[in-house]
Amino acid sequence: MDATLSVSNGLLVVLVLLNFAVLGSSRMSTLIRMVAIQGLLLGTLPQLRSDVLSWHLIAVGAMTAAIKAALIPLLLRRAMRDVRIRREVEPLLGFIPSLLMGALGTGMAVVFSNTLPWPAAAGGALVLSTSISMLLTGFIILTTRRKAITQVVGYLILENGIFTFGLLLLDAVPFLVEVGVLLDLFVAVFVMVIILNHIQATFLSHDTTRLSLLKE
Amino acid sequence: MALILVLAAAAVAGLSGLPALLARGRPRLGQGCATALLVAASATGLLSAAWALVTGSAVALSGAWAVPGGSFSVSLDALSTWFLLPVFLVPGLGAIFGLQYWRQAEHAEAGGRVQFFYGVLAGGMVLLVVARNSVLFLVGWELMAVAAFFLVATDDVQAETREAAWVYLVATHLGTAALMALFALMRQASGSFDWTPLSAGSLPPAAAAAAFLLALIGFGLKAGLMPLHVWLPSAHASAPSHVSAVMSGVMIKMGLYGLVRVTSLLPAPPLWWGILLLALGALSGVIAAAAALAQHDLKRMLAFSSIENVGLITLGLGLALVGRSVHNAAWIVLGLGGALLHVLNHSLFKSLLFFGAGAVLHATATRRMDALGGLAAAMPVTLTAWLVGALAVSAVPGFNGLPGELMLYLGLFDVVRGGSPAVALVATACIGGLALTGALALASFVRALGAIFLGTARSPVAHAAHEPPGPMTAVLGLLGGLCLAAGLAPFLLAPALEQVVAGWAGAAARGGAAVLGDTAVRSGLGLLELAPLRTLGWAGLAVLVPVALGTAWFLRLAGRISARRTSTAGAALGTWDCGYADPSSPRLQYTSSSFAALLVGLFGWAVALRRSPAAAPAMFPAPWAFATAPIDRLLARLVVPFCQRTAGRCTRVRVLQQGVLHIYLLYILGVLLLGIVWATLSPWSRG
Repeated sequence: MDATLSVSNGLLVVLVLLNFAVLGSSRMSTLIRMVAIQGLLLGTLPQLRSDVLSWHLIAVGAMTAAIKAALIPLLLRRAMRDVRIRREVEPLLGFIPSLLMGALGTGMAVVFSNTLPWPAAAGGALVLSTSISMLLTGFIILTTRRKAITQVVGYLILENGIFTFGLLLLDAVPFLVEVGVLLDLFVAVFVMVIILNHIQATFLSHDTTRLSLLKE
Repeated sequence: MALILVLAAAAVAGLSGLPALLARGRPRLGQGCATALLVAASATGLLSAAWALVTGSAVALSGAWAVPGGSFSVSLDALSTWFLLPVFLVPGLGAIFGLQYWRQAEHAEAGGRVQFFYGVLAGGMVLLVVARNSVLFLVGWELMAVAAFFLVATDDVQAETREAAWVYLVATHLGTAALMALFALMRQASGSFDWTPLSAGSLPPAAAAAAFLLALIGFGLKAGLMPLHVWLPSAHASAPSHVSAVMSGVMIKMGLYGLVRVTSLLPAPPLWWGILLLALGALSGVIAAAAALAQHDLKRMLAFSSIENVGLITLGLGLALVGRSVHNAAWIVLGLGGALLHVLNHSLFKSLLFFGAGAVLHATATRRMDALGGLAAAMPVTLTAWLVGALAVSAVPGFNGLPGELMLYLGLFDVVRGGSPAVALVATACIGGLALTGALALASFVRALGAIFLGTARSPVAHAAHEPPGPMTAVLGLLGGLCLAAGLAPFLLAPALEQVVAGWAGAAARGGAAVLGDTAVRSGLGLLELAPLRTLGWAGLAVLVPVALGTAWFLRLAGRISARRTSTAGAALGTWDCGYADPSSPRLQYTSSSFAALLVGLFGWAVALRRSPAAAPAMFPAPWAFATAPIDRLLARLVVPFCQRTAGRCTRVRVLQQGVLHIYLLYILGVLLLGIVWATLSPWSRG
């Protein structure tokens, strides 16, 4: 096996482990740091998985790393400071059950990715299972955490999963599209942080379960 | 060429409200521009439709369209053209009427909105009538339905109006849901969403029955066929009168158009389809005519009268379907011909009546008949126009309500003579229903005319009544003239009508279902041979001329007498004083409800009057008030319990609606996981 490929496979495994770290951590700052690391690793992956050195991939990787590992964590930290969010994650479901669910989801992802009719070339199955496991982790965070800012983190992990899936389509997706996706993500987080401020102002809390007051 | 002009007219009509919407600061200019555009579009469309009807060649256009399943296929055959006549005529006249009746300048908030949706309503109806593709049809249908919702909700500061609008919205969407199912079924049979006559074997009998019932529900809800009429009376009463005229004169006809169109596409109708329509039509006619008699609200009464007329038209369609299933060309010609003639005529006289009601409302600001009275002196032109409309709706010779109904009678009598015993029995019952309907309609319009225009004023507002301004009077006059013309010369419409009927039966014949094609209808079974429409014109003249001369003579005489009386004895006596020579109290007059009490009492099973209080107080009573309100028994016993039960069942589903973000996300996660599990386990992934 090619050396770079084995490195990239190792990185994929690290990504999955980071999922578990996110699910199990009780500190907001840890959560944000883990997502930042995921972003950084994702930035290196496109070049590692390609045979030829191309500016296109380097540019995509650099922008991914810059936005996901630097800019967005910065935004989130500022939001935490401005809205005075407490540093504890407030789960609706405990950490241990969350971890167990994550493990179950990852197992399912592995089984499922082996049954998909995807060209198995160059460890495609591993990329696929990593991607689906990240998607599921994102969903678990979205559904079981109380704070609005954890919802943003969940959304980011979900998006990371989609990006990972995109690794399979590296040659097919044009540069502009990837940059566009990144920009969208950045704007989305930007808007979410603003909404966070408004939720705080309106409900005097950033607990999203209170939003059920809006129900008809 | 005609088709292009019609499409252009539809586009201009649909967008005609934009100037009013944009020029909110200058409402007079905005409304003027909107009306000018709509009238220009109407005139263009009307002329090209008439031209297409005269030249008689069906043209079609078909273009690709990016919407899935959709194609921009439109066609202008005889049936579409026939329905285009009222679709173009009434909204144009309504816009002119609205210039004075509903001034945008006086309605700052709703002004632009009403102008805009009025145009959209007109454009949507044109589109759906020419569409030959399910998706395109639904686009036109929904444009019409949603625009009508906003128009009904014009006066949305009143709770009653808001409720009427919501009920209408729910009803129309139920109908659309049924139509979607119907179109899906039709696509199963034909393989495309384009409308082509289905061949005989393409639909199994059960599916064909389901398609027919779905069409009946979907289109019947729009047409207001009983018991699907729930939304209609309050929506018609709440909308501004020029909108009610369009809704009642044209929009509910779109439901009938759909029913006629779809039955032309479905092959080989079994006998029970026609029988069902006959029964529903006759029941609608009788019950709605009785209910009209019980109403206190002028516009609600007119709305029930519309339901009654929709019943008659449905009866005609039922007769035609019976004719198709037993291969009798005469029944098809008389049934469908009568129904379609009545569609056109009803759109003329019912919009005239609604415009007349608008003129009364404009002058007195009340719809309660028992608050009016004695308007004849102040509003002679409105009275004359309304009288023409009332005579037409009561099917009096010389006016345009009669020709269609006469054809229905002739057809039904022919069934009694030539049909199998069971069918003849149904037809006999229908003849009875038709006659009863006509009598009740006559009674309810005598009552309305008497209560509104005769006697003396029952309230201060009725005292202060005045004739409507020029444009409104012109619209009333034009429609009154058209009613008279269509009543005296119905034979002029016969060639066009024959084309429509031949097209309807012919489409079925091409589908391989029946032997009736163009030729059968044309050879010796022409409309004029079957129905004495020429004689009808002469008969009308023979009735009208003596009556008109007699009335003129009587009026002169009465005028001379009352002039002598006032010069000698002082005050003239009121009309309905019942012998009490005390004109000081208008309360001595018959009220509209006491006039109808006896007849309404006979129909207690369908319409009831709620009396409050139920009984008079004990001896030596203090002053007390008494009021009655009509209750629709069909609504109270059938529709409301059904809706409540359905709503009760649906509360269980509402558990899903928690309002918590996490739970909604959990739903997505659940579906995703299910999808993954399904994809993993399904044989598709193994292979």
